[in-house]
Amino acid sequence: MSTFHNLQELRHSASLANKVFIQRDYSEGTTCRFQTKFPSELESRIERTLFEDTVKTLNNYYAEAEKIGGQSYLEGCLACATAYLIFLCMETRYEKVLKKIAKYIQEQNEKVYAPRGLLVTDPIDRGMRVIEISIYEDRGSSGSSSGSSSVSGSTAR
Amino acid sequence: MSLGQGPRSRRSSRGRIPHVRLGNRRHRRSGELDCIGLCTNLQHRRAETPRLHKTNKKNSWHARRRARTMSAVMVTRKVRKWEKLPGKNTFCCDGRVMMARQKGVFYLTLFLIVGTCSLFFAFECPYLAVHLSPAIPFFAVLLFLFVIAMLLRTSFSDPGVLPRALPEEATFIEMEIEAANGNVPAGQRPPPRIRNVQINNQIVKLKYCYTCKIFRPPRASHCSICDNCVDRFDHHCPWVGNCVGKRNYRYFYMFTLSLSLLTIYIFTFNIVHVVMRSVDGGFLNTLKETPGTYPFLFFFFKVLVCFFTLWSVVGLTGFHTYLISLNQTTNEDIKGSWSGKNRVQNPYSHKNFMKNCCEVLCGPTYPSVLDRRGMTQEDLTVSSASAAPSSSSSSNAAPQTTKTTAPLIPNEHTPDDARPSIAASAENSDSSKEGFPPKRSSPARVTSPRVALIKCI
Repeated sequence: MSTFHNLQELRHSASLANKVFIQRDYSEGTTCRFQTKFPSELESRIERTLFEDTVKTLNNYYAEAEKIGGQSYLEGCLACATAYLIFLCMETRYEKVLKKIAKYIQEQNEKVYAPRGLLVTDPIDRGMRVIEISIYEDRGSSGSSSGSSSVSGSTAR
Repeated sequence: MSLGQGPRSRRSSRGRIPHVRLGNRRHRRSGELDCIGLCTNLQHRRAETPRLHKTNKKNSWHARRRARTMSAVMVTRKVRKWEKLPGKNTFCCDGRVMMARQKGVFYLTLFLIVGTCSLFFAFECPYLAVHLSPAIPFFAVLLFLFVIAMLLRTSFSDPGVLPRALPEEATFIEMEIEAANGNVPAGQRPPPRIRNVQINNQIVKLKYCYTCKIFRPPRASHCSICDNCVDRFDHHCPWVGNCVGKRNYRYFYMFTLSLSLLTIYIFTFNIVHVVMRSVDGGFLNTLKETPGTYPFLFFFFKVLVCFFTLWSVVGLTGFHTYLISLNQTTNEDIKGSWSGKNRVQNPYSHKNFMKNCCEVLCGPTYPSVLDRRGMTQEDLTVSSASAAPSSSSSSNAAPQTTKTTAPLIPNEHTPDDARPSIAASAENSDSSKEGFPPKRSSPARVTSPRVALIKCI
């Protein structure tokens, strides 16, 4: 979390310039997938491959969480047999994967995005609708960006 | 730093910046005051505070106060996110339970199930356990508990509500729409906001929700009763007092299925009981027996309830089994989305009965994306207006207390009611206000909020 603190401290010298929203990709149904199309606003900030890697990894995590197979059947039948009371003491597979996703996003923010002045928000904080990427700029630079927002970009839960 | 509170408050204030805690325990659970700005003239008012107890009638005091208190106090209140959620849901147990506003029919459902089963356990089970088998009441109890568990799970859980778009996201989408529409000549209506996506070689139209400011995902729909977009929206069921959507559809189906089984079970053993007693002593005699053992009215009530429940609930279970086998929702069925006209087919169906059933009933348990119990900040600009503090604080007390007790408070009203009362309580910690327990009435305590506020700087 040290990079977030750096980002928060840097807010004195860095300001939120814009936000980019990566939309959901529904071409394979209602399973959770995000579009890997590279947004034009990030062209000068980050390499395309890094961005695509992040989105593809997230898509793989979500596919793993929503996979319908032996384990999900077992979980479903066991839960039904106990009138779903087992979920009071057991974590579901989806929740376990969500924790992995949160850790992955934090790691990506620290290593890849924060050094480039970007911040990726966990999609679960946005209703699993979008991946929000906040773009920060140094306050010293002439930054009258079109999309500057007055709301603070850090979306701590 | 805090107002004289017991160990509980000290425990929860660990690691936090000094804050002012006002109100009783229930108030504290839902909000705390963090002072981040202060009137410089509060120290003057400290001397005036004892007068507040006595009277507010002196015009000169009012005039002096108005002259002095020109600046505003900015306070930040920490609240749980459910208190700030838009929509027409009611929340109980500090955000753990989520239901629709109208709950009358839900209470009726509970009454019918519990009432009928209680009569069955009271009047039939003793006879059947003795004359047939004790397994009969045992399975009846298991089935009854399962039905109640499924009902409560369906009613109390988040059906899959999609949170509304935050302002930046809404603006981003608007910009995209405007870019896509191009220049619309003045006077002409802009084209409808629709996005087309291709799913399994089928074009699906995603509609824009003007309330939630999002393009609805496929199969999502906006429930006008709850005023929320719900993912995989099936229908709004008044009998369970909630929407039925992606997250609670399986519980709803298990509820209808188990209720059908329970109804058939009770109905069957009602008949068996009557037959066995008739064999023993004649049919009419059986019905006329003394109220202590076998009241005629109760029997009639049970048979009536079971009969109507049988046809409606069993029919509903059959209908939902049909929908599950086709991987359709009630909403899609009613609208005829995949009725086969113009070669339109259901793109979500696996074309296999077992696969569809397994996906719907044994699929992953989706988490709620509404973070109901997370904390968020609410910024309040507290002006110097202290008009009618007692009435506003009493309105503060009412929603505060009922918020955690009776599930009847629409959450959207609470912050507005709380604001003026917090304003009032920040400036006049008059202990005569309802929100404060009597023990805060000692004069030493009255000045403490100001002391605490000053210490906060």
